[in-house]
Amino acid sequence: MSVVLPGAALPKNTPDPVTPRTVPHRGGDVNPSVEALRAQFGATIGRHDVTWGETTVWIDATKVREIALWLRDDPTQQYDYLVDVTAVEHRDAAMPLEMVWHVRSLPYRRFLRIKAALDPNAELEVPSIEPVYKSANWLEREVYDMFGVRFGGHSDLRRILLWESYAEGFPLRKDFPLRGRFSRSEQLTQALAANPEAPYSMEELSVADAFHELPADMRERLLRVKAGG
Amino acid sequence: MATTTRTVEVELATQTMSPTGEVFRMPLTANDAGFVMPIDLAPGTEPDMGSERMLINIGPQHPATHGVLRLVLELDGETVIRCVPHIGYLHCGFEKIGEYRQYNQIIPWTDREDYLNSMGNNVAYALSAERLFGIEITPRCTVLRVIAMELSRIISHLVWLGTTAIDLGAFTPFLWTFQERETVYNLWESWVGARLTTSATRIGGMAADLPSGWIDGLKGFLRSLPKTLDETDRMLTRNGIWVGRTVGLGIMTASEAINYGLSGPMLRASGVAYDVRKDVPYLDYETYDWDIAVGTKGDVYDRYLVRMEEMRQSVRIIEQAVARLPDGPINVDDPRVILPAKIKATSEMESMIHHFKLVMEGPRPPIGECYVATESPKGEKGYYLVSDGTSKPVRWRIRPPAFVNLSAISKMAEGHLLSDVIAINASIDIVMGEIDR
Amino acid sequence: MGLSPATTTSQVSYDPPSQDGWVTTRLEFLVNWGRANSLWPMPFGTACCAIEFMATAASRFDLARFGMERMSYSPRQADVLICAGRVPYKLAPVIRRIYEQMPQPKWVISMGACASTGGMFDNYAVVQGIDTIIPVDVYVPGCPPRPEALIHGILMLQDKVKQQRSLSNDAQYAELVIDPTSRHYIPASRIDELSEPFGNSVHQTRSAP
Repeated sequence: MSVVLPGAALPKNTPDPVTPRTVPHRGGDVNPSVEALRAQFGATIGRHDVTWGETTVWIDATKVREIALWLRDDPTQQYDYLVDVTAVEHRDAAMPLEMVWHVRSLPYRRFLRIKAALDPNAELEVPSIEPVYKSANWLEREVYDMFGVRFGGHSDLRRILLWESYAEGFPLRKDFPLRGRFSRSEQLTQALAANPEAPYSMEELSVADAFHELPADMRERLLRVKAGG
Repeated sequence: MATTTRTVEVELATQTMSPTGEVFRMPLTANDAGFVMPIDLAPGTEPDMGSERMLINIGPQHPATHGVLRLVLELDGETVIRCVPHIGYLHCGFEKIGEYRQYNQIIPWTDREDYLNSMGNNVAYALSAERLFGIEITPRCTVLRVIAMELSRIISHLVWLGTTAIDLGAFTPFLWTFQERETVYNLWESWVGARLTTSATRIGGMAADLPSGWIDGLKGFLRSLPKTLDETDRMLTRNGIWVGRTVGLGIMTASEAINYGLSGPMLRASGVAYDVRKDVPYLDYETYDWDIAVGTKGDVYDRYLVRMEEMRQSVRIIEQAVARLPDGPINVDDPRVILPAKIKATSEMESMIHHFKLVMEGPRPPIGECYVATESPKGEKGYYLVSDGTSKPVRWRIRPPAFVNLSAISKMAEGHLLSDVIAINASIDIVMGEIDR
Repeated sequence: MGLSPATTTSQVSYDPPSQDGWVTTRLEFLVNWGRANSLWPMPFGTACCAIEFMATAASRFDLARFGMERMSYSPRQADVLICAGRVPYKLAPVIRRIYEQMPQPKWVISMGACASTGGMFDNYAVVQGIDTIIPVDVYVPGCPPRPEALIHGILMLQDKVKQQRSLSNDAQYAELVIDPTSRHYIPASRIDELSEPFGNSVHQTRSAP
């Protein structure tokens, strides 16, 4: 196996990166990928800005999978590394909820922040980029867990940090109080009511051993199907 | 609040082998007592148990899961067919509580999130907050932070080494590595007053300058650590049991590793020479002379070799940093974030008001956002801060390297034996505090 | 100098009930001594405190001096549950189950601020003290406690074990069941109301500015 060197796609005489100094608050070099994205996707790409040396480009949320796929596979971009998927909700209720994707191009040593605005009062849904980046699997599940954003086409979208039957809502939404919606005693009662051995999640139940763990209605339905009813 | 109901269809069947050797899925049925059996089973015959899958649950409280990780394994005999990790047993709401704390008040939380690397997190958070405030730290502070980060990397790898050795049946390295850790704990303690949860940085500087004689203690540690590493090396690297239990396990190719978002030693063991310190340098890392350790096969053994080599490289970096450590102030001269001198705060009215406002209201960065990545022992650790101009961040996002690394365990564990899952899991170097946050 | 017969004889009184406890007291001492010096810990390590617990077990602090080097990772063979680290609600049923699986007599050490009170995590996710789930014998303060502090807590627990009437009083091992008809019973919702103002300051539960 040969060693993969970052920066391999850059010209030979490109100097090594150095620690940034006196980074300006606004303005500065724009990531060239923004222009390439505009040329490729046109009106899907919104405004862009440069804050503290990092380029943010706004896109139409419904097109994120195509954009991610192009950014990953186009030989002039090669954003092969998904750094992070997260969301930001502002305290100002008039501002949209922002989906944030951080992508990095190892061959070109570029970093790009992609943002999409969602209406926090509507159903939150964006396409999943899990088919493009495998690392998006858990990161998107976490965003779903914390913000309630649903990712269309995700292979296994369910809560990841909190438990499946968590009833208080989505903790990182701004309308969620710091200490939760329920009282401490209610939280504790609900938590202790869980059976730590039972909750094999429904997705894991393909083996017949776990038949008894199924909810009664599902068990009945399965039996009906097998009995030919 | 809107709730959604989800229905999951489950096929009641099992994979089995016919007498002629072909594998097929056999539909099952269940009688009223709940006993599951094949549909066309002749009355009176026993079901064939040889092809039955088994679910095994490891954790959340298990010594080999390095915390409260829970793995549900589907086994065929002893071979892992599927590995489903469950996390979140240590979810403590770090990111939520960060929205309720001032920028300097967040620093104690960074200690407790990846608690093996608390000093490294302090520095990483301070770097991202300083980017948000537009602050350039002093030369002495820069070098001190390099020393802090690399020492932190060493002691984090030492815990990994000791606990992994225990998992694979060797107890002695654990005692050796913790001996070295105690030396570093003493250094931390004399510097910032705490052994583990250091809270050493402040926005614009450090909590304290080095006490006298600290560098001598550090040099003593730099002399003793390579000996311990050599001893461990002799004990493990060519040890038949160690090699047999690590070589060829959990292989990730370079392209897979990148696509799965692995970082740190996990990524470098797969042959990708990506290190944030070289690629997106911070704290003048480009001016130090050191090498990136890169593996060739991407298996558990390579990850062990990479981490061992990283500790030696960290020693190199610290030696250079000690040689160049300049004199001068450790805090920037910026009244937005740095408190006035104590003597002034108690004698001058303006300084007292300044002190009061900084402590009670907190420093306020301009509106903006930034993501600063650092190379933590686990991988690319980044803090993403969003400010709306108030003294508390709108969003404090931790980019958790161990979280992303762990998400690849299903891929790595498939097809290996049950006991190998322990080695693969150990090789990820997970810290549940960081994964669950 | 020789022996001379006693000129008088004195009557020694014999009171059977006063001798009754002798054998058991000494036996109890022996049992308690044995128990106190070979407590097998069940390390329930979750977070930072678990690292300090490992440091306590490692070479410098050497938990073996107190007969505790044998970590019992199975609750069925453990005497002391050492809860080291924060316990979120998702973990609450797990620690309750582990405690229930331990055989009597059993003790619990709550190591660190988070396990004892929730510590700095006064939010939606963390149990505000494991004593809301299981009974705790010794609280060790600190964030995380130093190994010396943990050892001090262990010594305190040993003192407690040595003073227990291990043979004669079975009631102390009975699981405590709350009786809702008792006049000391306070409903959980009322406890919530009572404890509400004593959390973090109002300033700290405010998000902005």
